[in-house]
Amino acid sequence: MRSSRAPWILLGPGLVTALVALLPIGYLLVRTAEAGLERVADIILRERTLALVLRSLALAGTVTLLSLVIGVTLAILATRTNIPGRRLLAVTAALPLAIPSYVAAFAWISAFPAVSGFGGTVLVLTSCCYPYVYLPVVAAMRRIDPAVEEVARSLGRSPWNTFWSVTARQLRPAAASGALLVALYALSDFGAPSLLRFDTFTRVIYASYRSSFDRTAAAVLSLLLVVITVAITVAEARTRRGSERARVGGGVARRPHTVRLGALRWPAAAAAAVVVGVALVFPIASLLYWFATGLSAGVDLPHLATSAASTFWFSVLGAVVCTALAIPVGVLAARYRGRLTSFIEHASFAGHALPGIVVALALVFFGVRVAQPIYQRTPLLVIAYAVLFIPAAIGAVRAAVAMSPVRTEEAARSLGSTPWQVLRRVTLPLAAPGIGAGAALVLLTCMKELPATLLLRPTGTDTLATSLWTETGVAAYGAAAPYGLALVVLAVLPTLALMRSQRAGEAGLS
Amino acid sequence: MRRRLSLRPSLAGRRTIALASVALLGLGLSACGQDGEEPLSDEALVIYSGRNENLVAPVLEKLEDATGVDVQVRYGGSSELAAQLLEEGENTKADIFFSQDAGALGALGKADRLETLDPATTGKVIEGFADPKGHWVATSARARVIAYDPAQAPEVTDMTTVDAVLDPRYKGKIGYAPTNASFQSFVTALRVTKGEEGAKKWLEDFKANEPRAYDNNILVLDAVDSGQVALGLINHYYWYERVAEKGASSVNAKIHFLGSDDPGALINVAGAGILKGSNQKPSATKAIDYLLSKEGQQYFADETAEYPVVAGIESTKHDIVPLSELGRSSVDLNSLDSLEQTLALLDEVGLT
Repeated sequence: MRSSRAPWILLGPGLVTALVALLPIGYLLVRTAEAGLERVADIILRERTLALVLRSLALAGTVTLLSLVIGVTLAILATRTNIPGRRLLAVTAALPLAIPSYVAAFAWISAFPAVSGFGGTVLVLTSCCYPYVYLPVVAAMRRIDPAVEEVARSLGRSPWNTFWSVTARQLRPAAASGALLVALYALSDFGAPSLLRFDTFTRVIYASYRSSFDRTAAAVLSLLLVVITVAITVAEARTRRGSERARVGGGVARRPHTVRLGALRWPAAAAAAVVVGVALVFPIASLLYWFATGLSAGVDLPHLATSAASTFWFSVLGAVVCTALAIPVGVLAARYRGRLTSFIEHASFAGHALPGIVVALALVFFGVRVAQPIYQRTPLLVIAYAVLFIPAAIGAVRAAVAMSPVRTEEAARSLGSTPWQVLRRVTLPLAAPGIGAGAALVLLTCMKELPATLLLRPTGTDTLATSLWTETGVAAYGAAAPYGLALVVLAVLPTLALMRSQRAGEAGLS
Repeated sequence: MRRRLSLRPSLAGRRTIALASVALLGLGLSACGQDGEEPLSDEALVIYSGRNENLVAPVLEKLEDATGVDVQVRYGGSSELAAQLLEEGENTKADIFFSQDAGALGALGKADRLETLDPATTGKVIEGFADPKGHWVATSARARVIAYDPAQAPEVTDMTTVDAVLDPRYKGKIGYAPTNASFQSFVTALRVTKGEEGAKKWLEDFKANEPRAYDNNILVLDAVDSGQVALGLINHYYWYERVAEKGASSVNAKIHFLGSDDPGALINVAGAGILKGSNQKPSATKAIDYLLSKEGQQYFADETAEYPVVAGIESTKHDIVPLSELGRSSVDLNSLDSLEQTLALLDEVGLT
């Protein structure tokens, strides 16, 4: 049974998170208000605006659907089947997350100029985004209590029926939170659509800054994007309803049965290999090719090392702060229902589809006015990362908490623990693998971030992403490749550590 | 079972603070974490540079000697930095905006964010290369040219107008970079010289000739050089840099300058302006004067293969036709800020 009132120990910090996440929207309202109703209506009612909404939604919808199919399928293959190379697949399937969409897009068009437009953008975004679904679903798979499936089987259900009615149901919160991130990423990404020349909302928002320096039109279009985002998050929250009571038994996970694929083993392995080949091997091979062609010019190793160090430092801070801000919201969203809770959750997601440049300018706006001492210094950059990437962490926390048994918390409360003690001793430890996955997601995403980093980084500091940008600005792709490779390597490490810790946790529990 | 709601307030309060402090700890640590991190200083000359660090860092480093004050530079994209400067408004610490194109400077001028430059500074450049209102001054220039593969299209040397690329013999054999700002400026120049209808017709004919789109000018030049396409619409300096890098004999592609009145020979500029409210006006003026000095102009002529905008300077490294010999383009540089209509036109025709 759930309590209708959330404790203030969660609501207070949750409200702080929501306020941080709402900063860009405050800025957009200020800019839009300057325009006057007539101009706003004019921008929104343009024929082109409607076309853009539809194109962006078609892109986001297609990418989300494909990512769901690929992410869930690979997660099942990697955790529950006897597919050849299962362990290799489990790790490599997550790694495309380390590849920035602009690097993947460049890899494709430089090799195949015909890969462009809608199809090309879908290809690149899906191959970069499906791990957003894959990772939380793998984490959820490992937390599922196989006893429920065994009960279903013992009551006479077929394996397929058991999968759909029992397993899939328990995966739903994780898959939905991943799909939400994919949808919002596809809406907000600028790199891939711009390189592949597919006009989306984001591309036009950038164009209105670039071509006419028109901050009002950009703000109005951005607010429209916020409205779309809220609609999507509300829809996602609806799909979660009824699937929250995930776990009934004790908090012990056992190794589940492995599904024997039989004759399908090799075809399944081949399909998985194609996905990993397209999403991971091809972009890396392309980077290596450019690296080899640019090697003659020499690599600036000291600069590469300092860029890598600042990338790592900013991203770790970003991940720590995002996760800390996300925990109260994630726990609230998983455990309590109510207007305030729902406001906090949706507010935290509202700005997630905004292009990086919009969030960056919002923080410029607030930074120079109220936070001059930290403007263009590390703390403000970390706040920008928090605004941009809190939702990635919230989704992970929420899904992880939703999967741990409510009754254990209730037992702890009935034995006299305070909400804080329950959170610290029961809820968070049980949800730890999922929260870790969320922190890793944020870490990886921060590493790849470019627009906000460029405008808000401390003066004179380069990250791998900004160095990559500088080198490609003079189109020295050979000189840019080392930064791209370093970025991928740096992003691969936490992913590997994460997969390892999850396996260790699983072994420890069994 | 109901949750007990009897929270001891003092305890709960303390713990809320504890949780919040986890977040603050991260920020606190970060504030003192980076030793090399220096905030922008009021005493230093602060430059926001939209020009690429790899291209201009060496010349900007010399500004400390030229002005006698510390110089701090932040690099970014020209239009993003312009937007940032507009948001910062009067609170900006920036003293100089060094832009890759005139459009971004024009936007700041229009928003009344730029000081009027000293006439002695704007007077240094060839006529037509400073903002008429004196808000900014060009520091170097670049020309649109046609790159061609002599094996496939030797006749390009006879071209006088960009209209010649509409010839059906080049169907599928023209490379261009639709998202490149210089290409978009060229289309604006088409609109200025041919009118809206004429420009639209030109673009439709161009599209009918099935040009091949590339991500940027370098890739267009690569495609011409390898013979994938016969012609490419690029800026002149990409070719000169290629020649300087690989040697003239290793570069197959050649470039051709069109007649000076043709939009296909448009001259674009990079330039600089001083932010309003700068507390470093004398140093900022000295800095811009340095960029326009013989030494500064020689840097652009030699290292970036651009055109100097001050008369009497010639490149010692590249065989570049002097700006004065190219003749003045009939296109008013200030008309180039009507880029929004240009993008709308490109979108309408379907060349994006």
